[in-house]
Amino acid sequence: MISTITESLSKLGNRAIDIVWRGGLMARFFFLVVVQSGASLRRFRLIWREIYFSGVQSLVIIMVSGLFVGMVLGLQGFQTLQNYGAEETLGVLVALSLVRELGPVVAGLLFASRAGSAITAEIGLMKATEQLKAMDIMAVNPIARVVAPRFWGGVISMPMLAALFSAMGVFGGYIVGVVLIGVDNGVFWSQMTSKVDWYYDVMNGVIKSFVFGIAISCIATFEGFDAPPTAEGVSGATTRTVVTSALTILALDLVLTAFMLRSYV
Amino acid sequence: MERTKYDFWVGLFLFAGFGAMLWLALKVGNLGAERTQATYKVEARFENIGGLKERGPVRSSGVLVGRVSEIHFDNEKFQATVMLAIDKRYKFPKDTTASILTSGLLGEQYIGLDAGGDSAMLKDGDKLTLTQSAVVLERLIGQFLFGKAAEGEKK
Repeated sequence: MISTITESLSKLGNRAIDIVWRGGLMARFFFLVVVQSGASLRRFRLIWREIYFSGVQSLVIIMVSGLFVGMVLGLQGFQTLQNYGAEETLGVLVALSLVRELGPVVAGLLFASRAGSAITAEIGLMKATEQLKAMDIMAVNPIARVVAPRFWGGVISMPMLAALFSAMGVFGGYIVGVVLIGVDNGVFWSQMTSKVDWYYDVMNGVIKSFVFGIAISCIATFEGFDAPPTAEGVSGATTRTVVTSALTILALDLVLTAFMLRSYV
Repeated sequence: MERTKYDFWVGLFLFAGFGAMLWLALKVGNLGAERTQATYKVEARFENIGGLKERGPVRSSGVLVGRVSEIHFDNEKFQATVMLAIDKRYKFPKDTTASILTSGLLGEQYIGLDAGGDSAMLKDGDKLTLTQSAVVLERLIGQFLFGKAAEGEKK
């Protein structure tokens, strides 16, 4: 009896220590990537290729999801606002919730599962098939050649994708609100423009998505680089990328929102 | 430098991304809508500003003519000092009245300007002398009850 309790306690402690250990490793890895990224920033073609794989290829899922999210917001918002006779503010509701929160967060979650997992699997497999070791032997730094371009590709893609998500969402809200339900077109846009501030709302959303981009790219490349070089290890690392990124995005969102609302009041 | 198949798509992607940001700032947000226009500043003092906020609207006859640019408390006169940034296209007489009003029953508070009859126009840095404070609902109810009680005594 006592032995099972102590065993489970020691397992719990082990897990906690492991998490701290990984956090420290990831921080060191992040600094290594930043220090080593000079070469890939000079050879921009490498980053260009990664923007294609993580950004351009995520476009379809991001834009279609944005459209649907905006349409749902339009429907749900209209239902509630109607009770207060405030249907005209539908545009404000849709635009503010997308630009401030849903755009960066949902685009981030989609990006982590669409592109982040792919990055982890790719790097993990390169490690499992000893391509990274081969590079090391040829005196090519794998962090500079493989990791840094993927990291920067993700960091650049993420704000673009979040902005496109928000734009498509506003368009979806417009389709449902104005075209299908019949909210007045002019009021829809003018209310939106008068209530959405380009700096406090739009720019803060862009800043958020940029921070999420850094977090997701760092987690995805780290998990790939750190994966045990087996089939099982790579699959576990891919799962961890999605789970850790999702939690990190939501936690970071709370912190960033708290900071941004402070300056707003 | 030779072109690769990525170049076109990545270029398109970046253009679309920046385009979306710009569209959000310009069409969804208010960048370019008001900020580019020149304004002049007028000061107004109120006993009570209620729930007025910075960047709140300034309206005359219901038309947006400016924004509240600054609110602070004057510790010598114990009054709220509100700076109004009014669009240069709109001129108001010197004896214009500024009052704090509420749009709708539950809406936001804004400053309403009612033009007076003076021939001299407001300039940058002028002070509005005629002001009307926000209506505080509790005080209104208090006065009403007090009035009712006084009526009852007379009978």
